[in-house]
Amino acid sequence: MDLFGSALVGVIEFTEIWVLYSATDQIGGFTLAQIMLVFGLSDLAFSLADLVVGHCDNLPVYVRAGTLDVFFLRPQPVLAQLITSDLSLRRLARCLVGASALTVGLVLNDIDWGVGTIGLLVLALVCGFVIFSAQFVTAAGLQFFLINGAEMTNAFVYGGRYAATQPATVWPRVLLVVFGAIFPVAFAAYLPVSTLLGIPGLAGLPAWIGWCAPIAALWAVVVAGLCWRWGLRHYRGAGG
Amino acid sequence: MTRNPYARFLAAGFRGQSAYPLATFAGLVANATFGLLKGGIMGAAVASSGGELAGYSAASMAAFVWLGQGMLGSVNFWGGSDLQTRIKSGDVAVDFLRPVSVQAAQILTDIGKGLFALLPRGLPSVLIGVLVGGMALPPSASAYVLGLVSLLIGISVSHATVYVLATCGFWIVETRGLSALYMACSGFFAGLFTPIYLFPDWLLTVTLLTPFPSMMQFPIDVLSGQVTGAGAWQHLGVQVLWLAVVLAVGQLMTRAGRRRLEVQGG
Repeated sequence: MDLFGSALVGVIEFTEIWVLYSATDQIGGFTLAQIMLVFGLSDLAFSLADLVVGHCDNLPVYVRAGTLDVFFLRPQPVLAQLITSDLSLRRLARCLVGASALTVGLVLNDIDWGVGTIGLLVLALVCGFVIFSAQFVTAAGLQFFLINGAEMTNAFVYGGRYAATQPATVWPRVLLVVFGAIFPVAFAAYLPVSTLLGIPGLAGLPAWIGWCAPIAALWAVVVAGLCWRWGLRHYRGAGG
Repeated sequence: MTRNPYARFLAAGFRGQSAYPLATFAGLVANATFGLLKGGIMGAAVASSGGELAGYSAASMAAFVWLGQGMLGSVNFWGGSDLQTRIKSGDVAVDFLRPVSVQAAQILTDIGKGLFALLPRGLPSVLIGVLVGGMALPPSASAYVLGLVSLLIGISVSHATVYVLATCGFWIVETRGLSALYMACSGFFAGLFTPIYLFPDWLLTVTLLTPFPSMMQFPIDVLSGQVTGAGAWQHLGVQVLWLAVVLAVGQLMTRAGRRRLEVQGG
């Protein structure tokens, strides 16, 4: 039931996009077939990140219950223990939705196949995975301060997932800064797909911007590293 | 302080929620971010179909988005509830010993929480919508009055439906899977992401046969002035009907479940 439920969430998310893009020809320069590539790529990357490090979301529970202190006693990095403390396979079903959408998107669109194309797709998937994973870790680092305010980080973790499925051209300026630069999810799918399909993206950005995903991924990792270390230092334990 | 225990449940839910200001603020931040993203894509969809999509203009679409975001703290689309936990742990046996209806107590507490959330989450969302989202305010006074009634019924339908979901726990031990299914479907059919009027005809027909539009889409329609006059009254009628249905089902489930309940321990 759990497995089916998490797959269904993905299907419903895709249905939303399908409903919206069917109601009109194109949104932000993307047709339904084209946005399927963006959705598939970002959803697959997010699902994989969720599969591997999504468990970081439970940090506030551990902090409140005091079980996090146990992690400090063992001679392994706390983050590594947190990530490996639970790997749930039900999240695997979620990956199927993104993978299917990506496959259909690749078939439907007129793509100029070549080494460059495949390279860009693989690069985007890997960088997307790294970017989303970094968001989870950033959120976990901030949880040390927020505890009861866990929903705050949902804004960029799950908001980021939602944002990554959209063409960035529809965003107001403030979101461009937030999801283009600070939490760079625009590099997870939208920008690489724009480069791949030759769709003119954001004004002022070169056509090869999609190849810059590794820079965005590196930035996300640095931010995540800083937030996590900052949070860990702030943590004083549950006492006892 | 009123003597009526049910009014007290409502008040307790309302007050209990005010104890977590940071959590409430965090919810608002998440709400606003999603609202901006949703507003961006929906606005672009309206623009690309020539300024009018399924009866929505740019301003009324913004109203749809921000009213919906504002209601998120007041309705329950994730499917979990206190009762769900209490049935699993057996604590519900204690609830049955009390001289009040378990159903009424649970639902009223949740409605109280939902009504409180309108202040720190609902109003600011609408304010953001008006200031940065380009949202249109309802043109007539009747939209406000009928809209608030519709909103109250919508919140009630939502919590009464989640109550029914929780009572399934009397028969199956683990209801988390059910909650997951509920979470996946309820928002979609309620009009949380796109107005249900964008759906293809067959899907719209299916959707209108569920209680979900009564939770969010209908209140938004009436509150925003998108639907007025006879249409608004029709929405209210359908909402009341669904409220009666889910309350009745909840009542039957509670009675049957109570007979079925086995609590371990001595």
